[in-house]
Amino acid sequence: MSTTPNPNVNRIGLTAADYKGSKSTLCPGCGHDAITGSIIQAAFELGLEQYRVAKLSGIGCSSKTPAYFLGRSHSFNAVHGRMPSVATGVHLANRSLVLMGVSGDGDSASIGLGQFCHLVRRNVPVVYIIENNGVYGLTKGQFSATADVGTRAKSGQVNEMMPIDLCEMAIQLGCGFVARSFSGDPKQLRPLLKAAFSHRGTSVLDVISPCVTFNNHEGSTKSYTSMKEHDAPLHEVTFIPHFENIEVDYAPGETREVTMHDGSRIVLRKLEEDYDPTDRMRAIAVIERGRVENRLATGLLYQSAGKMSLDQDLELIDEPLSSLPLERVRPPREVLEKIMAGLMTGGG
Amino acid sequence: MSATDNRFTIHVATVNGSGSQTANTTLLRALFQMGIPVSGKNLFPSNIAGLPTWFTIRANDQGYVARHKRYDLLVAMNPETSVSDIAAMEPGSVLVVGDGLPMPAVTPDRTLYKVPFTKLIEPLVADAKLRKLVVNMIYVGVVSWLLGIDPDEVDRALTGQLGRKPKALEMNRAAVHVGYKYAEDHMKRTPFQARRMDRTSGRILIDGNHAAALGALFGGVTFLSWYPITPSSSLAEQLEGLLARHRRDRATGKATYAVIQAEDEISAIGMVLGASWAGARAMTATSGPGLSLMTEFTGYAYYAEIPAVIWDIQRIGPSTGLPTRTSQADLLSVAFLSHGDTKHVMLFPATVQDCYEYGMRAFDLAERLQTPIFVMSDLDIAMNTWMSEPFRYPDEPWDRGKVLSAEDLARIGTFERYRDVDGDAIPYRTVPGTNHPLAAYFTRGSGHDEQARYTESAEAYPRVMDRLARKFETAKTLVPAPLVEAVPGAGIGLVAYGSTHHAMAETRDRLRADGLTSSYLLLRAYPFPEEVERFLRGHERVYVVEQNRDAQMASLLRMEYPELAGRIRSVLHYDGLPIDAESVLSGIRTSERAEVTTR
Ligand SMILES: Cc1ncc(C[n+]2csc(CCOP(=O)(O)OP(=O)(O)O)c2C)c(N)n1
Ligand code: SF4
Ligand SMILES: [Mg+2]
Repeated sequence: MSTTPNPNVNRIGLTAADYKGSKSTLCPGCGHDAITGSIIQAAFELGLEQYRVAKLSGIGCSSKTPAYFLGRSHSFNAVHGRMPSVATGVHLANRSLVLMGVSGDGDSASIGLGQFCHLVRRNVPVVYIIENNGVYGLTKGQFSATADVGTRAKSGQVNEMMPIDLCEMAIQLGCGFVARSFSGDPKQLRPLLKAAFSHRGTSVLDVISPCVTFNNHEGSTKSYTSMKEHDAPLHEVTFIPHFENIEVDYAPGETREVTMHDGSRIVLRKLEEDYDPTDRMRAIAVIERGRVENRLATGLLYQSAGKMSLDQDLELIDEPLSSLPLERVRPPREVLEKIMAGLMTGGG
Repeated sequence: MSATDNRFTIHVATVNGSGSQTANTTLLRALFQMGIPVSGKNLFPSNIAGLPTWFTIRANDQGYVARHKRYDLLVAMNPETSVSDIAAMEPGSVLVVGDGLPMPAVTPDRTLYKVPFTKLIEPLVADAKLRKLVVNMIYVGVVSWLLGIDPDEVDRALTGQLGRKPKALEMNRAAVHVGYKYAEDHMKRTPFQARRMDRTSGRILIDGNHAAALGALFGGVTFLSWYPITPSSSLAEQLEGLLARHRRDRATGKATYAVIQAEDEISAIGMVLGASWAGARAMTATSGPGLSLMTEFTGYAYYAEIPAVIWDIQRIGPSTGLPTRTSQADLLSVAFLSHGDTKHVMLFPATVQDCYEYGMRAFDLAERLQTPIFVMSDLDIAMNTWMSEPFRYPDEPWDRGKVLSAEDLARIGTFERYRDVDGDAIPYRTVPGTNHPLAAYFTRGSGHDEQARYTESAEAYPRVMDRLARKFETAKTLVPAPLVEAVPGAGIGLVAYGSTHHAMAETRDRLRADGLTSSYLLLRAYPFPEEVERFLRGHERVYVVEQNRDAQMASLLRMEYPELAGRIRSVLHYDGLPIDAESVLSGIRTSERAEVTTR
C-alpha cells in the first residue's frame, strides 16, 4: 500500500477529528492538553480502530485526559495510583484489546510506584504514558517524587530529595520500550507514541508536561523555559508503520533503524553522538550522565523485543477469555464425578 | 449398642510440622468409611514447624459435627503441652501418652496408657528424620484398637493417601500394626466403641476452600488474582491446581483462564475489576487485612457497577491477629466497606456444599447485579474437614447479566450505561472490544449521570444513589433465601449463619429435651430477603448466634428492622475456636432464665 490518497482521511476512512473526545477542562496552556493533541494525531495516523482500544488512567489532571481523546473507546478512570492493576486485568480478560494507560508523576511515582513496577515486571502490553509535571496538579502544586533536587515550589519551598526516574526504573525492571519526550515537542513525541503501539509488552513514555498553574515558574525544572534549555534529544525520530512502504531519505551512516514485532520501523537520525537504543547499560548511563550534566536526554532511550508479554507467559489461548462460551470454561460432568468419587474413597 | 458407641471425640496433640496430618486423616477416614458421621478440626499455630498443634475428630451417630468441648480420648505426643493437655481431660476419659512426657498427677477415674513410641518405632525405621514422621502411625494403630475401628478400613484409608508411594505405604502400615499389636497386648478396649453403621455412604469428605475452588471451576471462572493470606490461600492454590488440570484448551493446550499472584490486595482487586469490566468472570480470595486494602476499589465497584467475586475467609484481627483462629467478625466492615454510601451483598456459606454452590452462584449474582459479591466464609468452614453429599453438576446455564453485544446495540439503537431500563434498577453494560459506535462509555468513580458523563449536578448524584439503593432491593429477591424451620408454637426463634449453623441442630435437640421448642432460621445472604422479617415477627424472642464480640449480624438486623429490634437477643462466641453447642446452650439458658425471672 502506498500513502493514503486523501491526507485528511486515514487508512480506515476517519479524520483526525474523529479521534477527539470531549472538550478539555484543564487550565489553558497545560502540557497535558498538548499530549492529548499528539495522542489524537498519532492514533489518527496509525488508523487505530477505536472500539479495540481501552483507555485506562489513575487520578490527577493527567488521568482526566482520556476523556479528551478517542471518544469512541471504552475508558476506565480508576483510583489513584492503581491503574496498572486494572490494566493487567483488562489485558488478561481480552488480550486483543489495545491498552493505553495515562498517568501522572504523582499517580505513578508516588502512590502508585508499586503497581507501576509490577506492571513493568509482568510486561503487560500497554502504552503507558506518564504526563510528568513534577507536582500534584489536581491537589494544587505539592511536590511529587519526580521533582528534581533544588527545584523551588511556588511557595518557595525547595526540594532536597532525589527524584525517582521512572525511565531508569523501567529499564532496570526489564521494560522493552522506554522513551522520554516533552509535551512541547510533538515532532518527537508523535513518532514515539506511534512506535509504542507496535511494541508487544509494556512501553513506557515519560513525557515532561509543564503544569502552567503550579510549576512553570523560575526555579522549576519542569517549566517550558527550563525544558527549552535542558532538553537534549538523542536523535531525530521517524516512525514507519508496517502498512506504509516509505523510504527515508538519509545519507548512509546517518541513521540507525529498529524493527518492531509487527514489521514497523523506527528510524533514528543521529545528532551529536551515535546513540544505540538497544544497549541497556548505555541507556542507564545516558540518564545518569544527564543528572550530572543537567541535561534531559529525550528520545528512544531503550528498546528490546526479547521478553515475553504477560499473556504469552501465561500461555493464554488466542481468543479473549471474556468471550469464551460456557462449554469451554465449564468442565464436563465426568470431571466432577471423578473428583467426587475420589473424595468418597479418599483416593483423590 | 451402648450410649457411647459412635459418640466420642479424639483429641491428638502434636508438634506443628511433625507430619501428623496423614495419621489424623487416616483415623478420620477409617471412621467415615465405617459409616459413622465425623468431622475433623485442625487447631494449628501461626507457624511452619515447631509449635503445638491439635487435631480433633468427632464421631457422632446423630450427625452432630460441630466442635465438642469434651474429649474422650487424648493422644499426647507433645512434651510442650502434655501437662495441660492431660490436665484438661475429664473423668471417664482415656489417655494415650508418649512415654517420658511431662505429666501432671492423673486420678484413677481416668484411664492412662503410656506408650513407648520411640522404642516401638526404632526397629521399623532406620532413618531418624523419617522416624519422627512415621511414629504418628503408631498412635493410629493404638487408637484404632482402643476404639474398635476396623483395621481393614484403617488400611484402606492409609492406602488412599499413600497408595502412590509403595515404600512409604509399607513403612507406615508396619507402624500401624505395631501400635495395634501393642494396644492389644497392653490395653483394654475403651467404653466408647466404633460400630459400623450406614450414615456416610455415598458421601464425601472435603474442606470448604476446596469446595469453593470446585464451585468456581464449574462456575466458569476465567480470572483469579490473589495475594497469599491464611486462611484464604488454600482456596486460591487449590483453584489454580484445578484450573491447570481441567482448563487447558483441548485443541491447542493453551489456558482458558489466567491466574495472577498479585503484589498486594489492592492490586488483586484492581485486576479483578479490570478483568470483570472487560468481560471475564473474575474473583479474588482474601481475609481481613486484605479486605482493608481493597476498601477503595470495592466502593468504586459498587458505584461504577462492576461485578466482582470476593471470598473473605474470616480470621481474627488486623495485622497478624490470630491468623489461624476462626471468627465471623468482618460482617459490619464488609457490609459497608469503603467510604461514601456503600452497601455490599454478602453470602454466608454454612456448609461445604454452600461453598461449592456459592462458588458458582456468586458469579451469576455479581454479573446480574453488577456489583461486588462478598462470600463470607471462615477458617472453620474453609480449612476443616466436613462430610457432605456429593456436589451436584450444574445443569443450568450461567447468568452473565445484562451485557449488550454489537448486534443488540444495532437492534436497539440506543445505549445509556446507567439508565434503569427494566425497572429493576439494574442498568445494561457493554464490554470494551464491542464493535459498535454506541458501545463505548467512560467508567469513573466520580459523579456521573445516566449516560456515564461526568457531572457534579446536585440532581444527578442523588438520582444515581437512589437507583443504587433500589438495586439493593432487587438484590433481596435474587440472593439465596434463608432456610427456615418454623415450629408451630415454638417458644423462641434461633438465627445462625455460616459455620455457626453446625452447632444449632445439637443445640435445638438439647433445648427440646429441656422442654423448650425453637424455630430456626439459617441466614444465607445480606441484604435480607423478606422471609427474615416474617421470622422475626413470628417469634417474641429471637436469639442470633454468632462468632464475634459485637453482635454484628444482630446489629444489621436491628438496623434493617428497627421496630423488631427489641426481640433480638445475642449469643456470642469469640475465643477463636469453632463454636460448640454447649456454649450456645448456656447462652440461651442464662438469657431465658433471666427472661422468666423478670416477667
Ligand atoms: C487515595 C487518594 N489519595 C489522595 C488523592 C488526592 N489526589 C488526587 S490527584 C492527586 C495527585 C495527582 O498528581 P499527578 O499524578 O502528578 O497528576 P497531575 O494532576 O499532576 O497531572 C492526589 C494526591 C486521591 N484522589 N486518592
Ligand atoms: S493544575 Fe497544572 S496540571 Fe492541572 S490542569 Fe492546571 S496546569 Fe494542568
Ligand atoms: Mg503531576
